[in-house]
Amino acid sequence: MAHLLNTSFIPSSSPTLRPRNPTILIHTRRAPTRIVAKIREIFMPALSSTMTEGKIVSWMKSEGDKLSKGESVVVVESDKADMDVETFYDGYLAAIMVEEGGVASVGSAIALLAESEAEIADAKSKAASTSPSSSSSSSSSAAAAAEVAAAPPQVKEVASLSLSTHPASEGGKRVVASPYAKKLAKELKVELGRVVGSGPSGRVVAKDVEAAAAAAAFSVGPTAAETASVAAKSVGIELGTVVPFTTMQGAVSRNMVESLAVPTFRVGYTFTTDALDALYKKIKSKGVTMTALLAKATALALAKHPVVNSSCRDGKSFTYNSSINIAVAVAMDGGLITPVLQDADKVDIYSLSRKWKELVDKARAKQLQPQEYNTGTFTLSNLGMFGVDRFDAILPPGTGAIMAIGASQPTVVATKDGRIGMKNQMQVNVTADHRVIYGADLASFLQTLANIIEDPKDLTF
Amino acid sequence: MQSSLSLSLSPHTSLTIPRPNQSSFAPSAKPINLRFCGLRREALGYFSPLLTRRVQLNPITARRRSAADLVVSAALSGGNGSPPKSFDYDLLIIGAGVGGHGAALHAVEKGLKTGIIEGDVVGGTCVNRGCVPSKALLAVSGRMRELQSEHHLKALGLQVSAAGYDRQGVADHANNLASKIRNNLTNSMKAIGVDILTGVGTILGPQKMKVGSDKVVTAQNIIIATGSVPFVPKGIEVDGKTVITSDHALKLESVPDWIAIVGSGYIGLEFSDVYTALGSEVTFIEALDQLMPGFDPEIGKLAQRVLINPRKIDYHTGVFATKITPAKDGKPVIIELIDAKTKEPKDTLEVDAALIATGRAPFTQGLGLENVNVATQRGFVPVDERMRVIDANGNLVPHLFCIGDANGKMMLAHAASAQGISVVEQVTGRDHVLNHLSIPAACFTHPEISMVGLTEPQAREKAEKEGFEVSIAKTSFKANTKALAENEGEGLAKLIYRPDNGEILGVHIFGLHAADLIHEASNAIALGTRIQDIKLAVHAHPTLSEVLDELFKSAKVKAQVSSPVSEPVAV
Repeated sequence: MAHLLNTSFIPSSSPTLRPRNPTILIHTRRAPTRIVAKIREIFMPALSSTMTEGKIVSWMKSEGDKLSKGESVVVVESDKADMDVETFYDGYLAAIMVEEGGVASVGSAIALLAESEAEIADAKSKAASTSPSSSSSSSSSAAAAAEVAAAPPQVKEVASLSLSTHPASEGGKRVVASPYAKKLAKELKVELGRVVGSGPSGRVVAKDVEAAAAAAAFSVGPTAAETASVAAKSVGIELGTVVPFTTMQGAVSRNMVESLAVPTFRVGYTFTTDALDALYKKIKSKGVTMTALLAKATALALAKHPVVNSSCRDGKSFTYNSSINIAVAVAMDGGLITPVLQDADKVDIYSLSRKWKELVDKARAKQLQPQEYNTGTFTLSNLGMFGVDRFDAILPPGTGAIMAIGASQPTVVATKDGRIGMKNQMQVNVTADHRVIYGADLASFLQTLANIIEDPKDLTF
Repeated sequence: MQSSLSLSLSPHTSLTIPRPNQSSFAPSAKPINLRFCGLRREALGYFSPLLTRRVQLNPITARRRSAADLVVSAALSGGNGSPPKSFDYDLLIIGAGVGGHGAALHAVEKGLKTGIIEGDVVGGTCVNRGCVPSKALLAVSGRMRELQSEHHLKALGLQVSAAGYDRQGVADHANNLASKIRNNLTNSMKAIGVDILTGVGTILGPQKMKVGSDKVVTAQNIIIATGSVPFVPKGIEVDGKTVITSDHALKLESVPDWIAIVGSGYIGLEFSDVYTALGSEVTFIEALDQLMPGFDPEIGKLAQRVLINPRKIDYHTGVFATKITPAKDGKPVIIELIDAKTKEPKDTLEVDAALIATGRAPFTQGLGLENVNVATQRGFVPVDERMRVIDANGNLVPHLFCIGDANGKMMLAHAASAQGISVVEQVTGRDHVLNHLSIPAACFTHPEISMVGLTEPQAREKAEKEGFEVSIAKTSFKANTKALAENEGEGLAKLIYRPDNGEILGVHIFGLHAADLIHEASNAIALGTRIQDIKLAVHAHPTLSEVLDELFKSAKVKAQVSSPVSEPVAV
């Protein structure tokens, strides 16, 4: 009866439950420049009429193994049963693109088959560029606002702290992590050695890994804002104790150390903000925030100076970003996050303001999605609300520049016509990676920005 | 077929005391209720051969039935070493576990005056510290698992808000179940007149026992059924709190965040199911190269994919835990691992608790085996295929049997019971050899694993030796309507058989209710039913039993269907 009801499943007495006709598995793709070389892709086969995706149960061969036609290569679990899948060609299993336990949709490539041993390396590099698992690692793509309120000694302190606090980790050589934490780390591609454990005796537990994955975006330094709030709340701190970092603080520590590898320099500028303040007053009632205005102004300036929106990923090249995504640092309890206003140069100020409000709400609820905090190309950090008039920010790894914004305050200035007057002025200080952004680049970017801010009619279109 | 039953020359014969009053022999005329029997006979052909056999077997089986004939041994025994002339009991069983209980019930049914000695609590390991309380925990873990599986519930259209549990409540459930079953067991024996003698039993000499410190009792036949205790390898310090055995774990005094389980057999696997459902993370430590070494490799592989990989479990294989130190002074439990082959130190683990599930050791110390010249082998009592105890010189010890974990043949509660029944059959005049290949085994994880007979490698080895062909048939639970209705399509049933004559060599099931499904196969093996016959049997639709129906139907047997009234085949 059951077998009648499930016609598509054909129980087989053969020991492997092999599909009668393994579906066409292998497509040929020729590299345009190489006519002789044949690297074939092994595709997820359709093992039943209803199958849309398959799970790789196990690879029966490993990379580099020689395969002959008709040999079983991989066991695939479909919606009905597990089946051995055979190869139609002789060759070498060059690269496995979907690991055991991974799921791939029918027809997508799961491995590469090289015709000769010589092509294995080619195939491997090809796999690396196309494999879904090789997408940029979280640390390199993570946009992060890193700023320290003029505190070089603090950086030193951070650098001297060990990454792992587990007593038995033998100076970080050995990582003590719970079974689930290990599984999660593999899944979320978090390097366990860089996660600080909060479990018993500093063991890395699942929530540390989850936090570390999320903290790829949180990878920031303690800000003056935070320091201030900590100082204000210092009542709750037991003096004379040593408190290990939280996961987020551990991530901050690492990013701070990493930033030391980037040769940065700083350029300051003073803007007169009377016109901007007037504009803000006028459109405030429509929900526009100063943050959005500044982000918009910065984005418009960046559009004219693409080099300031670039970054140096490998020490050898400029990476010119296609969109201008302004990350804005937001202090949160126990850390910091950088929500990103994407395409800030193209989105109008009202939408941008609404977007900003949404992002801040999400950040407070800890619901930001990765693309909402790790895609920034330029970072803003504003400590003006604390009365800070100027400060210096640390460049988040993976980006080209960060702008530290001080308070806008009434200042006595000499005007061009020889009089003394009162104007609102705001000091900014841009930290940039000198490998890609040079002094003149920054200077002219700041000049453009000054023009926009001092004549802000373009901000509202 | 009767020839297989006649017993012309038993090794007992020369040693038994001939009894004059043959007239008192009153065998029950009703068919014997054989629960674990490789023999089957029709009721009609039963009586006459028994009469013929009676003549041959009387010296062994005739017993005094009147109370007057039972004389207290103290008056008669002529000192240690010489067998008493008359006995307090026809059958005395040492150990009131499941094996002893099964033997006692069957002995009473066969009209034997039966006593059972228990030095601890009735029920033994299974009821108090084993199968029974662990089933209570597994029942909880199964439900927790269902309630936690959002994906699964959603697929069924169910909504359940966060599931939680109360550890003490769960522990109480296990404990209450154990005491309920223990009472049932005790009452069932008392009700039919089994004497329960409390105290430690020691063998003084042939057919003579000491119970407690001074009471001496005699018995025509004695069955050792003392069972086993958890085996703890050297170097492991068990403190009962952070380094524990199954005995402690079943009390569920704590649910550690991270527990290492040493050994990935039945016990370890079941506990991993319980602990992960209750929120623990588990690390397996297995000395062999792969997890679940006792299972059919294919089933093991699938089980690993379902029971290990997606859960919060990791594992170290090919390593020995040489030293385990319990947690103290704020330090965690420390486990030192060495490579099983090279003996080089491999790793050190720091966990919250460690469960030692490295198997069980026979509990035979202090039993007085030296008084009957029996030397244990690694603690196990050596026995022949009829459970008769073998002494240090390789001779059979008359009137002394050993069943269950203590003999190590098959360390399962129901195997002990089957062995006990087999012994009772023998001492009441019917030769009987238990076919251990027909005894099923089950592991009550979610889903369950069950098996009977040989694994595929064992079958292939046997086939090569004996020169026959082996075939394999498999069916997936994914093709079963009932399993799909339950949304539990994960599973596999595997049949290992001889294509030439349709003999079932082994059946292995991994899937929903596998432990209940296996009996169709184990009964078929016990009764010698061939595939070509059983495949014509009808199964209700839609039921999980159709998995086995499919399995039998997919087997390709060359032999023709035997006649509908099939000849029973002794196996």
